[in-house]
Amino acid sequence: MFKKILIANRGEIACRVIRTCKKLGIATVAVYSEADAQALHVRMADEAVAIGPAPARDSYLVIDKIVAACRQTGAEAVHPGYGFLSENPAFAKALDEAGIVFIGPPMTAVQAMGDKIESKILARQAGVSVVPGHNEPVSDPDEALRIARRIGYPVMVKAAAGGGGKGMRIAHDDRSLVEGLERARSEARSSFGDDRVFLEKYVEQPRHIEIQVLADKHGHAIHLGERECSIQRRHQKVIEEAPSPFLDKATRQAMGAQAVALAEAVGYHSAGTVEFIVDAKRNFYFLEMNTRLQVEHPVTELVTGLDLVEWMIRIAWGEHLTIRQDEVKLSGWAIEARVYAEDPSRGFLPSTGRLRRYQPPAGEGLRVDAGVAEGLDVSMFYDPMIAKLCAFAADRASAAEKLADALDAYVIRGLSHNIAFLTSLITHPRYLEGRLTTNFIAEEYGDRFEGTELPHEARRDLAAIAVAMRVIEAEHAMAASGKLPGWRPAHVADWRVKLDDELFDVRLDDPVGNPPTLRIGDRVVQPRLDWQPGRLLATATVDDRRLILQVDRRPEGYLLTHRGAQVAVLVRTRAAADYAARMPKKQPPDLSRLLASPMPGLIVAVAVEPGQEVKAGQELCVLEAMKMQNILRAERDAVVESVKVAPGDAVASDQVLMTFVGAAG
Amino acid sequence: MRLAGEALAGMAVQTIIEQLEEMRQAARQGGGEKRVRNQHQRGKLTARERIELLLDPGSFEETDMFVEHRCVDFGMENQRIPGDGVVTGQGTINGRLVFVFSQDFTVFGGALSEAHAEKICKIMDRAVSVGAPVIGLNDSGGARIQEGVASLAGYADVFQKNVLASGVIPQISVIMGPCAGGAVYSPAMTDFIFMVRDSSYMFVTGPDVVKTVTNEVVTAEELGGAGTHTGRSGVADLAFDHDIQALHEIRRFFDFLPLNNKEKPPVRPAVDPIERDDHSLDTLIPNNSNQPYDMMELIEKIVDEADFFELQKDYAKNIITGFARMEGSTVGIVANQPMVLAGCLDIAASIKAARFVRFCDCFNIPIVTLVDVPGFLPGVGQEYGGIIKHGAKLLFAYAEATVPKVTVITRKAYGGAYDVMASKHLRGDVNFAWPTAEIAVMGPKGAVEIIFRQDAGDAEAIEARTAEYRERFANPFVAARRGFVDDVIMPHGTRRRIGKSLRWLANKQLANPWKKHANIPL
Repeated sequence: MFKKILIANRGEIACRVIRTCKKLGIATVAVYSEADAQALHVRMADEAVAIGPAPARDSYLVIDKIVAACRQTGAEAVHPGYGFLSENPAFAKALDEAGIVFIGPPMTAVQAMGDKIESKILARQAGVSVVPGHNEPVSDPDEALRIARRIGYPVMVKAAAGGGGKGMRIAHDDRSLVEGLERARSEARSSFGDDRVFLEKYVEQPRHIEIQVLADKHGHAIHLGERECSIQRRHQKVIEEAPSPFLDKATRQAMGAQAVALAEAVGYHSAGTVEFIVDAKRNFYFLEMNTRLQVEHPVTELVTGLDLVEWMIRIAWGEHLTIRQDEVKLSGWAIEARVYAEDPSRGFLPSTGRLRRYQPPAGEGLRVDAGVAEGLDVSMFYDPMIAKLCAFAADRASAAEKLADALDAYVIRGLSHNIAFLTSLITHPRYLEGRLTTNFIAEEYGDRFEGTELPHEARRDLAAIAVAMRVIEAEHAMAASGKLPGWRPAHVADWRVKLDDELFDVRLDDPVGNPPTLRIGDRVVQPRLDWQPGRLLATATVDDRRLILQVDRRPEGYLLTHRGAQVAVLVRTRAAADYAARMPKKQPPDLSRLLASPMPGLIVAVAVEPGQEVKAGQELCVLEAMKMQNILRAERDAVVESVKVAPGDAVASDQVLMTFVGAAG
Repeated sequence: MRLAGEALAGMAVQTIIEQLEEMRQAARQGGGEKRVRNQHQRGKLTARERIELLLDPGSFEETDMFVEHRCVDFGMENQRIPGDGVVTGQGTINGRLVFVFSQDFTVFGGALSEAHAEKICKIMDRAVSVGAPVIGLNDSGGARIQEGVASLAGYADVFQKNVLASGVIPQISVIMGPCAGGAVYSPAMTDFIFMVRDSSYMFVTGPDVVKTVTNEVVTAEELGGAGTHTGRSGVADLAFDHDIQALHEIRRFFDFLPLNNKEKPPVRPAVDPIERDDHSLDTLIPNNSNQPYDMMELIEKIVDEADFFELQKDYAKNIITGFARMEGSTVGIVANQPMVLAGCLDIAASIKAARFVRFCDCFNIPIVTLVDVPGFLPGVGQEYGGIIKHGAKLLFAYAEATVPKVTVITRKAYGGAYDVMASKHLRGDVNFAWPTAEIAVMGPKGAVEIIFRQDAGDAEAIEARTAEYRERFANPFVAARRGFVDDVIMPHGTRRRIGKSLRWLANKQLANPWKKHANIPL
């Protein structure tokens, strides 16, 4: 077996590979850019080699530097992870010439599968069902129209070198086809420097289901069942699961057999994934083959009990794949959620910065693949994925429930993240019914996510829990030294809890027991609470329901986060609440009159001064964040009232930079 | 006869009891229903409602409910309301004794009469004699003009009490309505001033006078509102959104304070273990020493339960001051904030921190100082503004303080500012440095430009010298070798090391030479 492996990657996947290496007793070498000097994968590896500046093109993508790092450390093999150099033939060739083993498929297979058109031809030859279409590049509109009429609308125009939705157009009729063809070609030219496009039938209500294959260098190939990755946002997978709630045994076998056939046809070895698009009638069509370890491989590992990275290493060493197809058993259900540093309320804009608090959930049936730790930065230079959270249980409903609980317990502070969005997805009735298509997010959410509303029962539970928290805090405060002799706390029975704008009257029984007995309306609850003041995480049991929630301190109350909803809670004695009710309601400040910093950073320049009239779109100031200069512009015509910052000031997110008057329109 | 006499006396007592109840009712009604409604319409609670929310339920015991003014001029002889515009007494906050006066705007606009002032003075005397804090809830139109100099005398009496009580018991002022003219000086001499947004203001002369004298047009809110005093003047410590929030937070604040200058700060059972290491602090300091980081993160991660009560958070943000607890016991935190002005000391920051340090020293509260200071802010404005004297205030306050002083240098400690920030030389008890500490006269670049002036213009030589200087001084070891730093500690263990230092310092005895009082550069 290899003595030392270099991992030519970063983040969670580098950590993931290192874990398996450690298990196998193989020494590990990490490579890192300047931005990653303190990163987790560097800490985990036995050795680490600096390979240059933060941008990936100057570090993680520089073949020579990786090869040099292998030579310097004596690494015998390289695991490329995914992305970066994982499917780069020049890299594999350079390693080969240096006598270093590439832990991955043969480059002939990579190249064959890398071209969308060639891969289709090969697939068809291997007996794999492909989407009806035309396998030759199309440039002439008339020819395109002929093909389209043959395979039937709707059709899709797709770039040969495409990916990520670029150079892709859907046409429902002749006119939109002619238009889409030109657009797709020009987009493909500018994005990939290759304007070849082809046409295929557009599958409606499509589901994305892929088959994991594993093949050794001795001609033995098997498949490990499927993963369904239909929950995507702009072609980026968000939730993945294994198995698929949609496939029956026959379809699974048919898809698996075709995937294995394709792998064999291209002389594949190592781990690979054959992606299919599946329509509402369980017709499946080959999409492409990913010739690398997939991001979402953990769900397959959880249901098969196999370690894919281990097998990649063994196969690269030349070992026989000792598992027969009939030995592959899928048991249980695994669901993966990708935790991203992004702001769903701002159209999923990536968010960067320091993970001020980071406490991933842990427990039986949970797996967290992360490349970060508390106190580390999520850098703008790389993928904004924080971690992959997987839940594994006996069946799909239990796995989804476990995942939702785990998301509730996932503490992240310091940057925006999509935990609430993931929670919303995983608890969505349509998701739970398994009615998925790749348009799920677009159809159910649109292009942003503003948050979730909790059902009444959960809100009532939170009201009771908030009073229980106040009781704990009060008891804590009353335990202080220096009290008057003989003093006894007076019992406050009547409380009023305000959850956002909803009021709950709560009565607390005397004496306050542990757990306290609370009456809300006609219900009596005894919330058992595992929480202490200052802790961000609380577990509560109300009746038989177990709730996991996050608690942030606010004046007179808390900000509670539960099941994707953030709820501002005020806990007041009935007396205080009655007084509050007598007072006129204060108007919140008019945010349209403010320019707030969208992110933490440094003010580089201020372009306006108080009293100046500004037009919508006019530059107001320049904010440097993570070495990027962001120009902040006026949203509407207005007059600058005050400028609160000067060049050189460091500003926090949401800090007010300027105020305006006469915001016309 | 005897029997009849007893019956008569019984009747008289009965009448008195009825009268008493009537008087109590009258006092409780304050200025009457209409004025109470107006008070609520302005977003303000009444004097008694405020006391009810401030103190433990049922704990308030009122004094001088029946006091009335003695004015017989301008028809005042016909207007008497029991209590005379201020409710006074004592009660508890989480069981700990506190004296309270709460001005009643519904009674003569809360204006201060001689009798009103006497009531305040009475509870202040009591507070000093038993060693319990005073909280004043201010909501007053000003002097009782009808009383003339008697009202002014009343103010002065309160001022005198404030001064004598200063440093003996904590005094807290909450401005919950108007506070103008001479009235501002009583709060000004208390230890902390809190305000309520949109419904309180403080100024010596109001907008009308300002317009007459200087022609400046300004609203009461702009001239003396909560935003002005918390952000611009630094007169107030914090502002709250409304009365209810203010009173709730003041209860929380009160829990940090000792009752008087002879007692130790209150201790509550700690649920947060002192051995709790926090490894994320090891990456708090950025690689580039010119890059800011948020000192607040360090504070939140080392104190009990991440519970930090920050004071003056909108003023002189380059320094952070506030209370927290270590092992359940109150500590005062002073910390440079690299996010603002690189954490340097300027006039405002020096004044802010100096006053806080002195409060802690008055009331036996240990001071934890977190240092990342590149020096004093240079500039004509600073020099003309008297940074020499103002900076000296902080130096003086630290040097004078005899409470336990624990200091952690996280990064920069340059020049005179190093000395100022609770250094070993100012009787710092325990001085720690993180491995990232740079303790030097100035930053490497500036130092090299002076020491190696002959190399100016030779970029290469300057760079080499800078590297040399950095290596020589940009570390904690030079100071540690001389004992100026007691130990170099890993950031993750900061809480543990501070906590254990405070344990052995708990019974620290240190006295300054006898003097009437020191002469701090005011």
